[in-house]
Amino acid sequence: MAFSSLDRKGLRDLWGMKGQAGAIALVLASGVATFAMSVSTLDTLKVSQADFYRGFAFADVFAQLKRAPESVALRIAEIPGVDRLETRVMAAATLDLPDYEYPVSGQIVSMPERLNRLYLRRGREPDPTRDNEVLLHEAFAIAHGFQPGDSLAAIINGRWRRLRVVGIALSPEFIYQLAPGAQIPDFKSFGILWMPRKPLATAYDVDGAFNSLSLTLAADARADDVIANLDDLLARYGGLGAFSREDQISHRFLAEEFKQLENMATMFPLIFLGVAAFLLNVVVGRLVATQREQVAILKAFGYSNAAVVLHYIKMIVVVVVAGSALGIALGMWLGQGLSAMYVEFYRFPRLIYHLRPEVGVIAVVISAAAAVAGTVFSVARAAALPPAEAMQPAKPPKYRRSVIELLGLGRRLAQPTRMIIRNIERRPVKSLLSVVGISFACAILVLGGFFRDSFDFMIDVQFRVSQLEDLSVTLVDATSAHALYSLASMDGVQHVEPYRSVPARLRFEHRTYRTAVQGMMPGGRLRRLLDAELRPIDLPTEGVILTDHLAGLLGIHPGDMLTVEVLEGNRPVRQVPVAGVVSEWVGVSAYMQLPALNRMMREGRAISGAHMAADEDRQLGLFAELKRIPRVAGASVRMKSLRDFYEIMARQVLVFALVNTLMAGTIAVGIVYNSARISLSERARELASLRVLGLTRGEISYILLGELALLTVVSLPLGCAIGAGLSQLMIEGLQTDLYRVPLVISPWTYSFSATVVCVAAFFSALLVRRKLDHLDLVAVLKTKE
Amino acid sequence: MTQEQTAVFSARALEKIYDMGEVQVQALRGVDLDLFASEFTVLLGPSGSGKSTLLNILGGLDRATRGTVRYLDRDLSQATERELTEYRRHYVGFVFQFYNLIPSLTARENVAVVTEIARAPMKPEEALALVGLSDRLDHFPSQLSGGQQQRVAIARAVAKNPAVLLCDEPTGALDSETGILVLEALDKINRELGTTTAVITHNSDIAMMADRVVHLSDGHIVSTERNSSKKRPRELHW
Ligand SMILES: Nc1ncnc2c1ncn2[C@@H]1O[C@H](COP(=O)(O)OP(=O)(O)OP(=O)(O)O)[C@@H](O)[C@H]1O
Ligand SMILES: [Mg+2]
Repeated sequence: MAFSSLDRKGLRDLWGMKGQAGAIALVLASGVATFAMSVSTLDTLKVSQADFYRGFAFADVFAQLKRAPESVALRIAEIPGVDRLETRVMAAATLDLPDYEYPVSGQIVSMPERLNRLYLRRGREPDPTRDNEVLLHEAFAIAHGFQPGDSLAAIINGRWRRLRVVGIALSPEFIYQLAPGAQIPDFKSFGILWMPRKPLATAYDVDGAFNSLSLTLAADARADDVIANLDDLLARYGGLGAFSREDQISHRFLAEEFKQLENMATMFPLIFLGVAAFLLNVVVGRLVATQREQVAILKAFGYSNAAVVLHYIKMIVVVVVAGSALGIALGMWLGQGLSAMYVEFYRFPRLIYHLRPEVGVIAVVISAAAAVAGTVFSVARAAALPPAEAMQPAKPPKYRRSVIELLGLGRRLAQPTRMIIRNIERRPVKSLLSVVGISFACAILVLGGFFRDSFDFMIDVQFRVSQLEDLSVTLVDATSAHALYSLASMDGVQHVEPYRSVPARLRFEHRTYRTAVQGMMPGGRLRRLLDAELRPIDLPTEGVILTDHLAGLLGIHPGDMLTVEVLEGNRPVRQVPVAGVVSEWVGVSAYMQLPALNRMMREGRAISGAHMAADEDRQLGLFAELKRIPRVAGASVRMKSLRDFYEIMARQVLVFALVNTLMAGTIAVGIVYNSARISLSERARELASLRVLGLTRGEISYILLGELALLTVVSLPLGCAIGAGLSQLMIEGLQTDLYRVPLVISPWTYSFSATVVCVAAFFSALLVRRKLDHLDLVAVLKTKE
Repeated sequence: MTQEQTAVFSARALEKIYDMGEVQVQALRGVDLDLFASEFTVLLGPSGSGKSTLLNILGGLDRATRGTVRYLDRDLSQATERELTEYRRHYVGFVFQFYNLIPSLTARENVAVVTEIARAPMKPEEALALVGLSDRLDHFPSQLSGGQQQRVAIARAVAKNPAVLLCDEPTGALDSETGILVLEALDKINRELGTTTAVITHNSDIAMMADRVVHLSDGHIVSTERNSSKKRPRELHW
């Protein structure tokens, strides 16, 4: 390609302002990188999930039951719409790990053959003729450092057994390894194990029978029909209610997290990119405005307006392309890193990194459009003047006495200060744009930080105000409340509060939601429901209280009748009035008083488990003791899960926030630096003349940088307010079944954001000050004007 | 000069008013002027008399407030923005008092900016040779003296072989020795290429090399005189 002289001029001009062009490219790169990172992370997870599901035959429908003879499978296979079917055995177990005192529970699944097949990461499959070989889920194995060849013990059906780990595996069914009913993953205290079916069935007393199944649907089948038929068939065998993928725990949590990630991955970076684009528009506009005389010269030679505009567009496109390319490269790198981090939560055989080409295109188009619009606007304004006029130095602007001076305050102000104030007042639009630019830089920093604040607050309230137990015990089946007495009498136990948890499908009109109804002790001290002001509220003696999010999903209001389709025992269907809603941030639950729930179930004083408060130093002993109580299926430690969860969360959310903060910081620096540099080029001549007249470097720096400082100070509160507004906008998109994040912005986040902007302003000022010190007085004054 | 000579430019009742909000400045107050083909005209007048304003209007850089300007059969006073651009591109060469070179381009490239869009231009090197700058082709404006910069500006103006050459104080910032070099370049182009040339100056000595001298004062043409004998730039002193 032959370069025209004009192109060469463009390239040289770009080189001449490489500092500013570089800063603009970085602003863009940050916006684009955030966008590419978020979207590609989400896509990568989705593609990897789909790949895993497809390659390893993830089932469509699942069912648990008490026990059914294998012959029932034949009848299930005949249900219209069933494609492939696999029965299996699943056994809950308490695990006993060497060197780990905390309680660990496990779920042992018989080795799959056709559906939900395993990906063997390491080791080998267990020998079906041996009764002590198992595979461990990778998340669990990593959490405890298990290697093939290690051993562990399990209490299955009350009997203690030693098991040998022969391999580490992954399953599409347990991409997200989560204990049944858990709200947060805890890879240390819950694990999935696989064992050949024969020995497992023998150990669990279901030889020749099955207690779980999964199936795939024929192409035209409706999941609801198959589920209804299946439920009918399994009712006799203690069926717990079949469910589709949507209610499968790993799939549902993945779907929820994807939904949330999707909001993060679109809104967040779009706000980001939008802000970057807006700032770009302003900066580029001002930059081009300083080229007004060159525009006039080109026009005087007979270049058309279009040719001149095109010339500047070419220049800016170079910057946009460089910035976008850098941004996409950076975004890919970050996206790969971030996806790899998510793999700590979600276990895939392989991550298929995926960046859709249109992501790059969208990013480039948005930024190019913003930059080009800024360019065209400015060039058009310069080109609208007759060249004769434009070639003259811009008319000395009309100064007035400023409002402040007219108010009589002027006398107190020194001459340079008066110049600053008059200058700001004379060009209110320009000053306003500077303020808006710096404010937005501050605002996206707030936006980058608020998520962590909100998350901290949410976790804090949930686990320090609402859920206060030290440990929780799950019993094997709903048990008579007598079990409580043996728990309460254990050494170190201060307080025991029973709970009942009934799996159920809640229905209102045509809407349903599968969850558990929690029976809680009235006036309980360990588990409390909170109102909007975080004050504990009392459960009504009758009726059910719903999480506001659940009430919203069902479209139900206090006073309406909720249909509860119980999914255990003889599966009664009951009508219960909704007594109220509570706003909870974590989970989707329905609550009743324990006695009311027992009455609804037409059962005695049955409980599913208990929350306990215990002496800190006795807890370990308690776990050891609990393991020996036969009816105890598992125990969990709140603070422990919390800490472990935090560890992973910290790495994930915080890295995300850190990346955003870095990007926001880059944008802030880029914008502030450019504002200062442009002010300098706009006023170099004026300042040089003042130097010639005898003002010192310090004095002229004060005139220019004082203005920057004043605008920055004005921008900070505005930026914080805009940041809060953007966060509010953002948070609407973060409401999922997993958790609803409250909007909390800590003073720390505000002050951090303001500090970053101030530091950016300070360093920009230093750079500009250096330029001011080297202002070439002779060169500036010897040319025209 | 004979009466049948064609008027390249003819301005009639030209007025220019700069509207500055509170005050209005009347820069031209009814100017009638003809410039003839191949003629070398000098515009003289005190500062603020409207010389630059007039030249800019003739060159299509600005518009008159009232009155008409014609370039051959074009009515510049009615021309659209696009027509003015096209007019400047193909017919007019400008030399500005303050050179107005593009700082990021070398001498050769500054000329090329114009030749690249012209219809039948010279080579940039040719144009620079005409003003005696063959040895400074690849210098940037900041590496050239004022007189050299002005000569680059002249090379740039003539390189497109314009029909008219309009120069606003081309020697204003130069010492007499350099000024004469610049004037020689203009004279040579006028003679050899027959380019209609108008030069603004404050220096009445320069008027002696013109075919015709036009005096302006306060927005009016006060007199026009024809030189019976033109001097060569070498013969001038100031
Ligand atoms: N852009 C403008 N806005 C307002 N007034 C202007 C503008 N340009 C010129 N003038 C005024 O018009 C009048 C004529 O100006 P012009 O530049 O034509 O004078 P000139 O004869 O070229 O003077 P000089 O010899 O000083 O260059 C002057 O009074 C000047 O103040
Ligand atoms: Mg003038």
